[in-house]
Amino acid sequence: MADLFLVLHTECDGSFSKAALESLSTAADLSSKLGSAYSVGVIGAGASAAADAIAGCGAEKFYTVEDEAVAAPRYSSDTKASAALIKAADAQIILAPGTSRFARCMPGAAYRTGAAVDTHIVALAVEDGKISAQRWYYRQRILTTLSRADRPWILLVDGGVSDAWQGDAGSAGAQAVAVDFGDADNRVVIKGVESPAVDAQTIRPDSAILFVAGAGWTKKQSDGEYHIGDAGVLIQGFLCKAGASLGSSKSLVDLQSDGQETLSFMSHMNQVGQTGSTPRHAKGLSTCCHGEEPHAVGWRFINERRAINTDANCGWAQGKADVVYIADAFEVMEKVNALLS
Amino acid sequence: MEGLQIVVCGSLVPDPLQTLEPVINPTGPGLKNETMLPSVLDPWASHSLYEAANLAKQVAGSKVFLVSLGPKAKLQQLMMTVAQKAPFELVAVDGSASGFTDAMDVAKTLAAAIEAIPGLDKGKMLLFGGCSSASRDAGVTMQLVGEQLGITDQFVGVDEIKMQDDGSFSVLERIEGGQYLASTCPSMPAVLAWATGSLPEPPNNPQIGMANMRCVMPALQKAKPASIGVGGISFEKTEIPAQKRDTRIVKDVSADEIAAELVEWIKG
Repeated sequence: MADLFLVLHTECDGSFSKAALESLSTAADLSSKLGSAYSVGVIGAGASAAADAIAGCGAEKFYTVEDEAVAAPRYSSDTKASAALIKAADAQIILAPGTSRFARCMPGAAYRTGAAVDTHIVALAVEDGKISAQRWYYRQRILTTLSRADRPWILLVDGGVSDAWQGDAGSAGAQAVAVDFGDADNRVVIKGVESPAVDAQTIRPDSAILFVAGAGWTKKQSDGEYHIGDAGVLIQGFLCKAGASLGSSKSLVDLQSDGQETLSFMSHMNQVGQTGSTPRHAKGLSTCCHGEEPHAVGWRFINERRAINTDANCGWAQGKADVVYIADAFEVMEKVNALLS
Repeated sequence: MEGLQIVVCGSLVPDPLQTLEPVINPTGPGLKNETMLPSVLDPWASHSLYEAANLAKQVAGSKVFLVSLGPKAKLQQLMMTVAQKAPFELVAVDGSASGFTDAMDVAKTLAAAIEAIPGLDKGKMLLFGGCSSASRDAGVTMQLVGEQLGITDQFVGVDEIKMQDDGSFSVLERIEGGQYLASTCPSMPAVLAWATGSLPEPPNNPQIGMANMRCVMPALQKAKPASIGVGGISFEKTEIPAQKRDTRIVKDVSADEIAAELVEWIKG
């Protein structure tokens, strides 16, 4: 029986993502605090080779599911494979990275293994042998520390909780777990990943800085005219020069849904906040955005925050940003871009 | 293609503009003045409802059910606005809509309510809902409901569905880095947990509202009570961390100076 079990998946090229390696560090740390061994299960293309790549992580045992059925992410096959790994390891505490693939299938694996499941874990602690986990409720508004007596217990860990594991490769001697994939597990056909063109890719999770555009960019400016085209040039220029990731307020992307002329490279995927994403970046620069609470909760994991706004009483000025510049964002960003050139 | 049967799971959450403060009740954590807080339909569930209504409009003979778990009185208030957005038949369950409840408890209750819908052919059902909620924000409930109903084709973080005449459909699911996973499914049933989709919030339509309200009040009267709790979760601490920053306001400074300071910060 494995007290602690980490489940990982490979990427399509057989490597591990940063999120996977971070969760490996988290598992190693938790194992050390619990004073017990841990095991690792890997699903996906090249799972055995991937297990060898992390052979030096200190795990007691490795399990793999490498069938063609799990070469691409799919609920039915991933759920079956994950449940099979958890059963094979007879695991009690199961960690997994909170990737889109595991966020999709782990609840199903929990159901099939009779496990409890908690997601978006941002910290784990051990006291007197008891594990407690931290997670946010109400979209980053209320932080809780919780524990469960339920076993098995699956915990999906958010990115950024630990540094990515680095260590030696070797021979993991992984045990292949047989899973009987049937037609029902392959009904959904994966066509592939649709990515924006490289020059149109505005969401960059690994970027040091998040640039957020608010609806103010699309409003009438001080000369009484709209300058949406200029706004697009300035914003895209900054993204290119600073290597920044682009975020948006809800009001800006909603304009696009309503059919109004707005920034063509912006979509709901960029939305940050209550009904959008909660990205992790070292720095964030907000422009033409009021910083109201439903938006600002999406900034929970942005360490340094600055804002440019013409309103000195905006939400950012109420203790939500470190610095607020009361200025015209068009004027400032033009000069910022010139200095970055 | 035959008419679609789309079941949307959607509950209420506090209006995002409200200040939320946790309190400890005998049964677990809750929100201060929770019964008084204005509510809205959960934003992701709202998107799934609009997508369901749009899909139903394209296929003659389709029907949309909204399965909603919440305190009956609050559901009644909520329906005054939601019922004007899209045609649906309400299936109400009278129970807690707190974010601190256990998703497994919620999923069991929703699955039971869906099982009890008269005339619903679950083999041809599209089960819609949000990919997450603005309360628990766990992103697990739809998968658990699907599992309980025996539906193993599931999609999470959906932004698009395209139906074909033969009943097959293609789906775009959000994945990391602003990308989509594209896939096709040969037939229903399926679970689609929606992200934002691509449709704007429909304007209020009093005619739709009046048609819906004929079913809403009877559904609320028939709503079965459900005991939803924290399950096996033991909450050790529930807090609002002090996040207030000592904001420096910079004004009456030239754009050149601001730009120089920003560039130094960006590069630093």
